[in-house]
Amino acid sequence: MKLYEIAHSRAGDKGPISTLSLIPFDEKDYDWLCRTVTVDKVKAHLQNIVSGDIIRYEMPNVAALLFVCYDALMSGVTTSLALDTHGKALSYALLELEIDEP
Amino acid sequence: MKQRIRIGCGAGFSGDRLDPSVILAKEGDLDYLILECLAERTIALAQKRKRQDPNKGYDPLLERRVTSLLPLLVEKGIRLITNMGAANPIAAAKKVVEIAQNLGLKVKVAAVYGDDVFDDIDPSVSAMETGKPLTASGELISANAYLGVEGILDALNNNAQIIITGRVADPSLCLAPMIYDLGWSENNYDLMGKGTVIGHLLECAGHITGGYFADPIKKPVEGMDSLGHPFADVFADGSAVISKVAGTGGIVNLQTAKEQLLYEVINPYEYITPDVVADFTTVRLAEVGAHQVRVTGGTGKVKPPSYKVSVGYKAFYLGEGEISYAGPHALARAQLAGDIIERRIRSLVAPQGDVFQDVRIDYIGWNAVHRTTFGTPSPKESYQTVSPPEVRLRVAVKAKTPEEAALIGEEVEALYTNGPAGGGGVRKYVNEIIGIVSVLMDRSHISPKISLFES
Repeated sequence: MKLYEIAHSRAGDKGPISTLSLIPFDEKDYDWLCRTVTVDKVKAHLQNIVSGDIIRYEMPNVAALLFVCYDALMSGVTTSLALDTHGKALSYALLELEIDEP
Repeated sequence: MKQRIRIGCGAGFSGDRLDPSVILAKEGDLDYLILECLAERTIALAQKRKRQDPNKGYDPLLERRVTSLLPLLVEKGIRLITNMGAANPIAAAKKVVEIAQNLGLKVKVAAVYGDDVFDDIDPSVSAMETGKPLTASGELISANAYLGVEGILDALNNNAQIIITGRVADPSLCLAPMIYDLGWSENNYDLMGKGTVIGHLLECAGHITGGYFADPIKKPVEGMDSLGHPFADVFADGSAVISKVAGTGGIVNLQTAKEQLLYEVINPYEYITPDVVADFTTVRLAEVGAHQVRVTGGTGKVKPPSYKVSVGYKAFYLGEGEISYAGPHALARAQLAGDIIERRIRSLVAPQGDVFQDVRIDYIGWNAVHRTTFGTPSPKESYQTVSPPEVRLRVAVKAKTPEEAALIGEEVEALYTNGPAGGGGVRKYVNEIIGIVSVLMDRSHISPKISLFES
């Protein structure tokens, strides 16, 4: 199944960094998401988009994960030639990730 | 000292809708209305307008927003705090006075400034993003420090009803009235952290009421054509309830609040503003009623010793050309068009390779937005078997002059008669691109100031 079946996401940008939240619809799926959606998996999935490091923050206080993706917006919001300079649509790139059912 | 104040946020960017703030002012029972209208690059563009006309350089929508809001703000005693001053808060404040006089209204207006540090920056300092001296980026055109609550507090203490700032950190616009009315000390970093969390949740307006959220399949939202913008009831203990005006469209729930809490956060343990280093990992959210989310927790540490300064520079001219193909073999024909353009650039337009600093070819409808097709074959390999019903070729280039940037649109347009079958809907654009980099500046170099005006 795809990640979008069980979680939602919002993309944000700061310079060349893209921030991608990952929030399960059902908070009971949070621990399982933590185990399943690892940095390595996200790195492999977004290899053509993110050229820098990816840092994952666990936020059990709101049952959400946050992926901070460095060098994800080509040369950055203000000077990129990309169509979507902010990477606003990248949340749905993350949600394309194929995962095993819980 | 109050136990509770209500702060509404009626705009989340310069081009935001005008009507939600009017509804907030009319029916929101607000104490304060915030309009956040200044993105990273907006102020550099405003700085250019100010150079052309010293009476300009504030938000282009200021006149329309203030004209529609001012009678309501005066009638209901709501105080307005906005960064619509952009590069010229004083000219903006004078404009507001002029509007008030025309409407026969009496208001006290404050301009908050001191963020413009263009004359004080050292161009040899390295930019945080590039590690290279500022001058290496290009000709510098603006430098604005992200101020905190200081100037706004000064304006509130001077009884200004309309407060117009230049560059101020977005959450500070909301934090200042909490400090002022709820009796908070600026040295109480836990409360500064809590207030910053609330400000962060409000600052993008429709972002927490269903905008940038709705998905008809998994996250349906009703009434987005009349999306309500949010307000928060903020309590003296630093907790808040976020909601919206009854009857407006949109949704406020745990999902919208979580998405916005994490939006643009690069380290949830240390969310840095000029007022505090806030910790988002202790925030708690709970649904407490229809379209009501309660926010508690959040902590903070001592504010940073320096201000962040956004520096604008002339980057390049962006040239773009687009053409569409539809129906059978759409992808194949678009790909042929892209190949033709690539060859033309190499052989004719820029044979020495120095006209364009960078070239990008996208197939809109296939791989333009995500910049990948996640392992599906390249257009060339796949168009025999797969083709979307429509594909739009987009070619974008960086050039040093507008004339050179225009060459790419001309090339794409010439595909009408020299390119693949059925190419239609050409559009071509040339835009000057202002880049932004950041530096840090010690607090001692920057002093927020206010000027007061009355109608």
